[in-house]
Amino acid sequence: MSLASADHGVVEHDAGAHGATGATGAHKGLGNPVLGMLLFIVSEIMFFGGLFAAYFSLRTATGTWPPAGNGAFLLHEEVLFPAVMTGLLVLSSVTCQIAVWRIRRGDRKGMNRALLMTVLLGAIFLVGQAYDYTQLGFGIADGVFGSTFYILTGFHGAHVLGGVLMLAVCLYRGGLGQFSAQHHDMVEATSIYWHFVDVVWILLFSLLYII
Amino acid sequence: MATTALRPAVQQRTSLYEWLTTTDHKKIGMLYTISSFIFLAIGGLLALGVRTELAQPGLQFLDESTYNQLFTMHASVMIFWVIIPFLAGLGNYIVPLQIGAADMAFPRINALSFWMIPFSGLVVISGFLLGGAADAGWTAYPPLSSIKYSPGPGMNLWIVALILIGTSSILGAVNFLVTIFRMRAPGMTLFRMPIMVWTIIVTSVLVLMGTPVLTSALMMLFIDRNFGGSFFDPATGGSAILWQNIFWFYSHPAVYIMVLPGMGAISEIIPVFSRKPLFGYRAFIFATAGIGALGFSVWAHHMFTTGSVFLPFFSIMTFFIGVPTGVKMFNWIATMWRGQITFKTPMLFAVGFLSMFLIGGINGVFSAPVPVDYAIHATYWVVAHIHYVLFGGSFLAIMAGFYYWFPKMSGKMLDEGLGKLHFVLVMIGLNLTFLPMHTLGLLGMPRRIADYSPTAGWNDLNLAATAGGFTVGISLLPLLWNIYISLRNGKDAGNDPWEGNTLEWATSSPPPAWNFDRLPAITSERPLFDARHGRSGSDHA
Repeated sequence: MSLASADHGVVEHDAGAHGATGATGAHKGLGNPVLGMLLFIVSEIMFFGGLFAAYFSLRTATGTWPPAGNGAFLLHEEVLFPAVMTGLLVLSSVTCQIAVWRIRRGDRKGMNRALLMTVLLGAIFLVGQAYDYTQLGFGIADGVFGSTFYILTGFHGAHVLGGVLMLAVCLYRGGLGQFSAQHHDMVEATSIYWHFVDVVWILLFSLLYII
Repeated sequence: MATTALRPAVQQRTSLYEWLTTTDHKKIGMLYTISSFIFLAIGGLLALGVRTELAQPGLQFLDESTYNQLFTMHASVMIFWVIIPFLAGLGNYIVPLQIGAADMAFPRINALSFWMIPFSGLVVISGFLLGGAADAGWTAYPPLSSIKYSPGPGMNLWIVALILIGTSSILGAVNFLVTIFRMRAPGMTLFRMPIMVWTIIVTSVLVLMGTPVLTSALMMLFIDRNFGGSFFDPATGGSAILWQNIFWFYSHPAVYIMVLPGMGAISEIIPVFSRKPLFGYRAFIFATAGIGALGFSVWAHHMFTTGSVFLPFFSIMTFFIGVPTGVKMFNWIATMWRGQITFKTPMLFAVGFLSMFLIGGINGVFSAPVPVDYAIHATYWVVAHIHYVLFGGSFLAIMAGFYYWFPKMSGKMLDEGLGKLHFVLVMIGLNLTFLPMHTLGLLGMPRRIADYSPTAGWNDLNLAATAGGFTVGISLLPLLWNIYISLRNGKDAGNDPWEGNTLEWATSSPPPAWNFDRLPAITSERPLFDARHGRSGSDHA
C-alpha cells in the first residue's frame, strides 16, 4: 500500500509540476530565460536612466558644454576613431542576430561562426575603447565633464565585457553542440542583451561625441 | 556501536550541506527568514543604543560620532537587511505554493539572491570593526557622505553593501515576475491569483524600476568619494540636490516595496479569520497597481525645503497616493464587517497592522501640504511617521504573516498564549516609543541629534520613548521562546489548520520538495474554499 501511494505521488508530482515545464515548450512564446533577460534589461534601462539623468542635469546646470577652458573636452573634433568603433559594434549586433537566425534553422556551424565574429568584434571594441581612454587627455576627476564621460562610457564598457563573456559561453556551449533549433534560449537571451548594449552605445556616442 | 554513534553526525553534516547549497524555494524562504531575524536583533540593539543615549539630556554613553554610526546603521540594517528580505522571504516561500508551481523559475539565481544578503550585511557591519561604520544617515546626503566629512571606510562599505543587496533584490524581482507569469497551475488565471501574489508582482516591478536607479546614484557617490568625481560637489560643478533627486526616486517607491507584500499577507489573513471572501478583490488589485504607478511621482516630497522642486505637483501627488491606500483600508474593514471573526495571533497582528498603519497614514498626510511640511521637516514627527509605517505597518504585517504561515513552514502550531503576549507587549512598546515622538516633533526636536537641552521640555517624552523601546526589545523574547518550544513540542498543524483559501494549504505541512502531489481545481480566487464546500467539480487529479 505504501508502495502504491508513493507511486501515486510520483505520477501526480509530474501533473502538479506542469507549470514548471512551461519553458520547455508546453507554452508557446518566450522561454523563461528570454523573458527573464527582457525584465533584467528593464532594470538596466533604469540604471543607465539614472546615469543619463545625472548627465543631463549636470550638463544643463553647467551652461556652456563642453565646459570652457580645456581643449581635451572638444571630443567632436576627434570623432573618426570612435565612429569606426561604433561601426564595429553595430556590425557585431548584425553578426549576433545572424547567429540567432542560424540556430533557429538548426545550423550549428553557422551559429558558431557568427558567434565567433561577434566575440571578436566585441573584444576589438573593448581594446579600442581602452586605447581611446589613453588618448583623451582628461580624467574622471576633471570636473563634471570628466566624471559623466567616464561613468557613462565606463559602465557601458563593463556591460560590453559582460556581453562578450556571455557570448563566449554561448560559443563554448555551441562548440559542444548543446544548442538546437528548439533549445537555444541562452543564445536568444544573450543576443537581446547584446542589442541592448549596442543601442546604449549609439545613444552614448551621439550624446558624448557629436551633440 | 561506533557506527550508530557516527551515523547521526554524518546525517547532520549532509543536512547542513543541504541547507547551504539548497535551491528549493521553501528552504531559501526559510533562510531569508532566519537571516532577517539575526539582522533584526542587530538592528534592534543599535536602536536600543540610540534610545539609551536619548533617555536623558547630556552625553552619557556615546560620543556624537558613535551615535551617528548607530542611527545610520539602525536604519540601514532595518530597511535593507530586515524588512525587505523578510518580505522577500515570505514571498519566496509562499508565491510558488500559492500559484501551484513546483519552484521558482530560476532556482539557482534564487539561491544567489539570498546569499548576497548575509554577505552584504557582513560587509556593511564590518565598518564597526574597521574604524567606524557609515555615519551620514541612511539617506547619505552629500556633503555629509563626502570623503571630506565621512572619511572612514564605513561609508565605502555601506555603498558596496547597498549595491550588492540591490542586485540581490533585482535578481529576485526578475525571478518572481517570470515565476508568476509563466509557471501558474492550469486554471490559475491572473484574476484568480491570491492578493499576496499580486502585491509581489507590483513590488517586483517597483524593485525592477527603482533599485537600479539607486545603484546608479551609489556608483556616482563611490566615484566622488574615491576617484575625485564631481557629481555631488557644487565646488567642482556638481549638485548636491542631484543626489537627493536620484536617491528618493528609488527610496520613495522603496516605502511601497516595504509595505505592499505586507498588505498582501494581511489580505490573506483577514478573510480567513473573518470567514468571508476579501471585499472588493479587483478593487484591491487596482489600488495596489495604482500605488505602484503613483509611487514614482512623489519622490520630491522629501525635498520640499530644498526650494528646488516643483511644490504644487509633488504636493498634490502626495495627497493622491493616500487614496488607493484608503481603498485598501475600506477593503479590509468591509471584509471584517459582519464576519465570524476569531482573534488568533495572526488576526491580532493583522488588526494591529490596520490600526497602526492608519496612524502612519494620517501622520504622513500631514507632510503633503507644503506649509505644514516646512514646520515638521526633519523633526521627530518624521521619525514617528516612518516608524508607524515601517514598524506599525510593515513589521506587524510580517509578524502576522509569520504566525500565519509558520505552521505551513514547520508543520507545528505556535503557542497562542505566547503569541498573544508578544502582541500585547509589542503594541504597548511601539506606541510608548513612537506616540511621544509626534509631540517631540511639534515641540521642535530635530532628528539625528545625540544630545538636547535639559530645559527644552523634551525630557519626559524621551524617557517614555526609551522605556517603550526596551518594551519592544523584550517583546521579541516570547516570540523566540515560542518558536523554540513549538518546533520541539508544538501541536501538529496538519495540512490546513486555519481553513485557508489558497493553494499553499492544499499540500502537507511542511510541503514536499516538489510542493504538490495533487492540486484542487482552480475556478476562483479561493480554490480551497471551493474544494471544502464542494462548489467546484472534481479534483484536477
